[in-house]
Amino acid sequence: MLNKLLFVVLLACNVQAYATTTEAPAHAREAAADNYKAYCMQCHGTQGNGKGVNIRDMSATPRDHTDAKSMSVRSDETLFKVIKEGGSSISKSILMPPWEGTFSDEEIRDLVQHLRVLCKCQFGS
Amino acid sequence: MAALVFSCVAIAEEGRLQKECASCHNLTGPVAQTLKDAWARKGPDMFYAGNKYRQEWLVSWLQKPQRIRPAGMYYGDHIKPGPSGDVIDAATLADHVALSKDEAVAIAAELMKNKPHDDLIAREKIEPGTITKQMGEMNFDKFWGCMACHLIEPEYGGFSGPELYTAAKRLQPEFIASFIRNPQAWEPKTWMPNKEVPEGVLQKFVHYFEVLSKESDHAQ
Repeated sequence: MLNKLLFVVLLACNVQAYATTTEAPAHAREAAADNYKAYCMQCHGTQGNGKGVNIRDMSATPRDHTDAKSMSVRSDETLFKVIKEGGSSISKSILMPPWEGTFSDEEIRDLVQHLRVLCKCQFGS
Repeated sequence: MAALVFSCVAIAEEGRLQKECASCHNLTGPVAQTLKDAWARKGPDMFYAGNKYRQEWLVSWLQKPQRIRPAGMYYGDHIKPGPSGDVIDAATLADHVALSKDEAVAIAAELMKNKPHDDLIAREKIEPGTITKQMGEMNFDKFWGCMACHLIEPEYGGFSGPELYTAAKRLQPEFIASFIRNPQAWEPKTWMPNKEVPEGVLQKFVHYFEVLSKESDHAQ
């Protein structure tokens, strides 16, 4: 009986893991990449390196999202906050606007994960 | 370029505005609801032109069109990586056809009939006022960071949005205020963020654009 229960629990865990790492995330990853391309790339660049088409006269350089060193010191919560509420919300540049009116919270969470793909890093890594 | 050249006199006279100009402009709505649809646009939506543009500017511009969006409708289609960062790929940008005066007058008159957003415009009341260029620029650049995406002078500012030193000549003041107040109400997928700009600042922006446009006139 215990073995059967354990099997059911493990099966449920596997289904959950599959659902969160394969199916839904694939769609979410694509949508996040599109959102990055539409909204973030103008300043953070086609390469995600902070060298977008808009930077010529900026007083602050946009974050290099491919820089694992600087990106790994920012938590997912901080990245979520700065996307949603803008640079001034974390005492950074006003040039980073708030995107709350453009993205849902779920889309912002997916964008944070997209940034983790670009930097090939996690918080604290 | 050649494909864009067509006779707008014929279009106006034969009532084919919808058929010909619609190859680049959305003349009927609805507005793009997905990024893919927004990216596919070759020119600005004209189905609310009567809520947006100054008719006299349309007549003038259609006769002597000059680029307003330095990096095109969707900047992502017109940039490329360069040694110091992304740059505009001018070879990918197409020019707008120039019309005769009669053509421009006829087309502008037709476009100004497109007013589906009178409700949004009616909510705006622009108070008379002025602001010094210095204060306007400080407000616009330093406090709100809008120069990140917009040129406030031909050689200063960002490129992904439309130039703003001609905004007051091009646009109705109520549209300027309404679009900044809630860009997504006009275009749900616009690259322009809603910065929750308060009423008093909106008024200052409109006055600042008026100062910039007058200066632009003098420069010309």
